[in-house]
Amino acid sequence: MIEMKNVYKKYPNGIVAANGIDVEIKQGEFVYVVGPSGAGKSTFIKMMYREERPTSGDIFINGTNLSTLKNSKVPYLRRQIGVVFQDFKLLPRLNVYENVAFALEVIEETPTIIRKKVMEVLELVGLKHKARMFPTELSGGEQQRVSIARSIVNTPQLVIADEPTGNLDPDTSWDIMNIFEEINARGTTIIMATHNREIVNTIRHRVIAVEGGLITRDEDKGEYGYEN
Amino acid sequence: MKTRTAGRHFRDSLRSISRNGWMTFASVSAVTVTLLLVGVFVMIMMNLNKVADDLEKDVEIKVIVELTADEAAIAALQEEIKNTTGVAEVQYSPKEDELNKLVLDFGEDLRLFEQQNPLHNVFYAKAVNPQETEKVAKKIDSLDNTFEVKYGEGKIEKLFSFLNTSRNVGLVLILALLFTAMFLISNTIRITIVARRRDIEIMKLVGATNWFIRIPFILEGMWLGILGAIIPITLVTTLYYNIHKVLSPKLAQGNLFELLDFSPFIYQVNALILLMGVLIGVWGSFMSVRKFLRV
Repeated sequence: MIEMKNVYKKYPNGIVAANGIDVEIKQGEFVYVVGPSGAGKSTFIKMMYREERPTSGDIFINGTNLSTLKNSKVPYLRRQIGVVFQDFKLLPRLNVYENVAFALEVIEETPTIIRKKVMEVLELVGLKHKARMFPTELSGGEQQRVSIARSIVNTPQLVIADEPTGNLDPDTSWDIMNIFEEINARGTTIIMATHNREIVNTIRHRVIAVEGGLITRDEDKGEYGYEN
Repeated sequence: MKTRTAGRHFRDSLRSISRNGWMTFASVSAVTVTLLLVGVFVMIMMNLNKVADDLEKDVEIKVIVELTADEAAIAALQEEIKNTTGVAEVQYSPKEDELNKLVLDFGEDLRLFEQQNPLHNVFYAKAVNPQETEKVAKKIDSLDNTFEVKYGEGKIEKLFSFLNTSRNVGLVLILALLFTAMFLISNTIRITIVARRRDIEIMKLVGATNWFIRIPFILEGMWLGILGAIIPITLVTTLYYNIHKVLSPKLAQGNLFELLDFSPFIYQVNALILLMGVLIGVWGSFMSVRKFLRV
């Protein structure tokens, strides 16, 4: 599903964020990406949905080589990937329903299908009753659930989450994790960058540790492994 | 693109116009001011151009025929002038008519000369392109049976160079004004787009193509252009209507030159203003959104 081969990334300011990364992630896996701040976690994740391009090396997503993918084809790649952020990235002037529906309008779905799918995912994240509310009227956890709903409404095979619980209190974080678990149980691959030691150590999955632009540890059912 | 999506873009652009109240107001004001300037300026320039054309059309070549030429020779000369390249029309004025003109200008006393008319028969010719009058006049001068060819040498050269300079100056001013307008408007639109760069970023992340993002902005630019054209069109039309009503009768007395007719001139100017508003708005949006699409 995801394959990185000798990926090297140097930013224009000289910082090397990936220094020869080799990794393979299979369909249906749940992977935590851990590591200290500034170690290349975000870059590692951003390269998967082509927000960043590697300086050299190859990245394959479902057989598509991102290194040679044309800019004009990037939107079609992103439609196969759901992305969830620490700061939610919801459109402030659209309500919950419209925010989720937006991901389907972009791919020109019919209104009937949009309504059906949006209500389905809102049900899954438990926000059906708040469909007409605006992001500012919701709590952080609820906003994150909207953003998760948006990322999966399109039924992507891969969901990438960049510190999705970073801004949330512990209880809410567990709720969010339950949603991710449920999505993963349906066969969707999940890659999650996180600093949350408790979550990693409790809900055990594969752990990839990134330090200094290199993968320093890669183990199934691994531990968080850092003191914070 | 599907019709459904087109409808969505259409609604989206209208919604932005109303939701970005102050920014819309700022952009529309910028468009209004510039289009008003351009509109008034075009109005003045077109009329000056008309005056220049009228002046040019008045330039004619006076061909004075040799006294010895008989009727057959005169007829032949008329043919030859008509066939000279660059000649638009030629009119024959026998010496009797020439005398009548003098009588009209200088009084009945000149009727004395009717018994023995000292004047020459004359042809009046006009060049197809008034600017080439001199060249055409020289060609006619080389024909047989011409006594003298006059075309206001010295004077018309000055007139033509003056008219050409003022035309070029006008064109440069209009272009400069348009350039300023585009710069001003694309900057204003850019501010409205900067405020929404986050929206654009999110759209890109959920897989919107560049055109999907661009079209609502471009439509919005179009609305701004159209809204900005309303006041200039109304003002320019009213202004020209009144100027035309007051000035035209006065100019008609002077008989020297006249203003362009209200219709279709004012409709052309209005169409131009509207078109420019739309182009400026669309172009401004396009240029501004381009920068934020590279996410």
